[in-house]
Amino acid sequence: MSSDRKQKQKLVVVGNGMVGHRFVEQLVQADGLNQFDVVVFGEESRPAYDRVHLSSWFTGTAAEELSLVPEGFYEQAGVALILSDKVCRVDRELCEVVSESGRKVSYDKLVLATGSYPFVPPVPGHDRDGCLVYRTIDDLEAIAETARTAKVGAVVGGGLLGLEAAKALKDLGLETHVVEFAPRLMAVQVDEGGGQMLRRKIENLGVTIHTSKNTQLITDGEGAVHQMQFAGGDVLNTDLVLFSAGIRPRDELARDCGLELGERGGIVINDHCLTSDNTIYAIGECALWGGKIFGLVAPGYQMGQAAVDHLLGEQGAGFTGADMSTKLKLMGVDVASVGDAQGRTPGALSYHFIDEEKEVYKSLVVSKNKKKVLGAVLVGDAEEYGSLLQIVLNDIKPPASPAELILPQASGNVPKGLGVAALPETAQICSCFNVSKGELSSAVAGGCQDMASLKEATSVATGCGGCAAMVKQVLDHELEQLGVEVKRDICEHFSYSRQELYSLVRVGEIKSFNDMLEQYGTGKGCDICKPTIGSILASCWNEYVLKNEHAALQDTNDYFLANMQKDGTYSVVPRVPGGEITPEKLIVIGEVARDYNLYTKITGGQRIDLFGVQVHQLPEVWKRLVDAGFETGHAYGKSLRTVKSCVGQTWCRYGVLDSAGMAIRLEERYRGLRSPHKLKMAVSGCTRECAEAQSKDVGVIATEKGWNLYVCGNGGMKPRHADLFATELNDEQLFQTIDRFLMFYLRTADRLQRTSVWLENLEGGLDYLKEVILEDSLGLGDQLEAEMAANVDSYQCEWKTTLDNPEKLKRFRHFVNSDKTDTNVVFVKERKQIRPARAEEKNDQSIIAKTA
Amino acid sequence: MNIMEWITVCRSDDIVESLGVGALVAGRQVAVFKVEGKFYAIDNFDPFSRANVLSRGLVGDLKGELVVASPIYKQHFSLKTGHCLEDESVSVTAYAVRVQGGLVQVALNSSVEQAA
Repeated sequence: MSSDRKQKQKLVVVGNGMVGHRFVEQLVQADGLNQFDVVVFGEESRPAYDRVHLSSWFTGTAAEELSLVPEGFYEQAGVALILSDKVCRVDRELCEVVSESGRKVSYDKLVLATGSYPFVPPVPGHDRDGCLVYRTIDDLEAIAETARTAKVGAVVGGGLLGLEAAKALKDLGLETHVVEFAPRLMAVQVDEGGGQMLRRKIENLGVTIHTSKNTQLITDGEGAVHQMQFAGGDVLNTDLVLFSAGIRPRDELARDCGLELGERGGIVINDHCLTSDNTIYAIGECALWGGKIFGLVAPGYQMGQAAVDHLLGEQGAGFTGADMSTKLKLMGVDVASVGDAQGRTPGALSYHFIDEEKEVYKSLVVSKNKKKVLGAVLVGDAEEYGSLLQIVLNDIKPPASPAELILPQASGNVPKGLGVAALPETAQICSCFNVSKGELSSAVAGGCQDMASLKEATSVATGCGGCAAMVKQVLDHELEQLGVEVKRDICEHFSYSRQELYSLVRVGEIKSFNDMLEQYGTGKGCDICKPTIGSILASCWNEYVLKNEHAALQDTNDYFLANMQKDGTYSVVPRVPGGEITPEKLIVIGEVARDYNLYTKITGGQRIDLFGVQVHQLPEVWKRLVDAGFETGHAYGKSLRTVKSCVGQTWCRYGVLDSAGMAIRLEERYRGLRSPHKLKMAVSGCTRECAEAQSKDVGVIATEKGWNLYVCGNGGMKPRHADLFATELNDEQLFQTIDRFLMFYLRTADRLQRTSVWLENLEGGLDYLKEVILEDSLGLGDQLEAEMAANVDSYQCEWKTTLDNPEKLKRFRHFVNSDKTDTNVVFVKERKQIRPARAEEKNDQSIIAKTA
Repeated sequence: MNIMEWITVCRSDDIVESLGVGALVAGRQVAVFKVEGKFYAIDNFDPFSRANVLSRGLVGDLKGELVVASPIYKQHFSLKTGHCLEDESVSVTAYAVRVQGGLVQVALNSSVEQAA
């Protein structure tokens, strides 16, 4: 193709799992496609997806949402991706790979990213129907299918993956058992005390744990499909057996073509991830480095980078092993393991902290001379994970009594740990994206002064999210170092953040801007604080926005209850709840638009926008709309705009619930609610998601078991996919959850902060939000609901109120002293409708007017 | 030297405190504001959006200077001098205003700066 340059080399990647896909991304990022034509093989039917969060599939996350491949990524990059075709042979002499379907592709360089497979112990009966594994989305589908007719499920394996699998069975509604060969859970990661606390917590969740159980036979069950028979004579009857007892490297391709393998499998690689053949690399869980398989995703990503560097002849760090510390939430229980968690280093000392009331266990392992922290285990509360990990990785000297690092602090004491100040610049804060403290520091110095911009600039905390708390600490520390006072004052008149103003209004029961200014502000106010406080007053007390003491606080849009356009005219949007409208009402809109010669356009929110209304026409237009039964659509307000919907079960053959009906109920419940920014919602009647609910602040999707609720999505300038927040809700639970969610947002967001950015900046993120809203961890639930109820009860259509108030209508004219209209407002026709004239057209018209 | 020609615009209570109105003064569009009982007048024409909208902006003060914010692109104009705070090269005309017998009057032929 490119004759002016030397021929590109051919690179074949075998495997499109998390590591295989990331490798391609890393290659693209390093401009590697200038040097290589790339072909990728994947044996599954789907491109790479997130295996780490596989269990969320059972709580409603669709397979597509787990995908790691942005739409069109491979096409745009010009990389050939061949799915559903397994590579079955590597011919090293011909330098080609052969697939099951018979494809032959030659290579100059080959990357094996074949991953691993679940280990199934060779117990007689392991291959019975209903004995399954947990690794791929296809596996999940098989599990869900088997679970439909099952009551009891047993997981073989009490490690990290086993407990994940147990969560899946629990979510499917099965009586769940975990069978572990070792005497405790997560024997690889935690010590005995940690294992005991973990067991206690998981048993409290209704899962039965069987440890020290050696399964010897799986056979026909009594009152269940299977019976597991253990050494010693115990049995367990179960309908489903799920093996999740560890992984083994997929090294068969390498074995067949004679690459060097480890004694117990795994493709041997060097620091550049090269195998014993210097045209072939291996990365991820199929690779063996230093005699070890790395069964986590972060080391796999590091191997990918090392391979990319070597392929492109770049100087890189190579792969020099990886820390296997982990922090995760298993069935809602925080578990973390750092470094030498078990205290296997000779002479190591350990400290243990047990709180049986709160069910927290912590242990700390230090060297014999107490100069070095070697490892730690945290169960039930893993807050110190980030700082302990940094202490271990960076060899930071612990305090004289190291136990302080895990002991709870009496309130009022200085924060524990050694703080981020002690970390070297090279300290790796985010292992998913390999972001160091130094990189964060320079990003902060370069202007990223909040979590959201830091995430965007460096990708930090956007993988597993485990480092978020640590990143916040680095951010705060760096801002302090830079002398940036973290000022949240909304303007020169109030030295308070919006959140603080909100609570001053709420707690002090303040009802007017002047009272706020008198008690907490200076000067006269401005176009920032007036609308902000106007909005807060409306959120809290929901009085008529044009009431005398509120009128001067409103932006022109809120004052004239319409949207000002570039020429000073307004557009008008009547509310059409859920996008459902009768022909009669549609005709009224048409007649009004025709009579006033308005430019008419259908909006993205399933409503109709009428443009070109001059200020004096607004009351006349609205009189006709209100008389026909319309009410204001609040298109002008920082408030609920629209609840988009599909027709749902009523008409659609796929719909499972009445989405249009629910959209109308939601719109009528939350209409008029003044909030920090506009709010959009949508309801879809099935997972086909025609209403695009996952791009809204509040999105609702019907399932056969109830409503799934998504929050904090956004379209527009910075799109954000909404997060799944709660599943299988009935109508009342849905209203209750949204009530709380919205009022908490109203209470805590910054001015003009959409829910998406609010969540990105919320300390503790989605998990924290779930705790507050779903588990009521702050005890605010009743209050938030009562506040919302007050808003719902005091709703009024502002246009109806205004039309009934002659005094208010006085300002709806262009001149206080004349009935003339603004001669500068000039329309011309385009596509059979009006549009504002451009400057040069106005000049022409005035010439015409003069000569006429 | 000009002789001030005062043109009556409206009654003083036709303007709500901290709000503005548009007025047609001898063919010219003027925005008249009432802030803490005092009256101010500047052009209604916003030079940035080229629309007659300043009377519909929010009033307030920035560093002690009384201003109105254009409702379209949000630039601030001084109510006393007509200067744009964001762009020194831009200003609108400010007019002298007085209240006589409960009537608000504007003088077009003498801008505030000339009078000062």
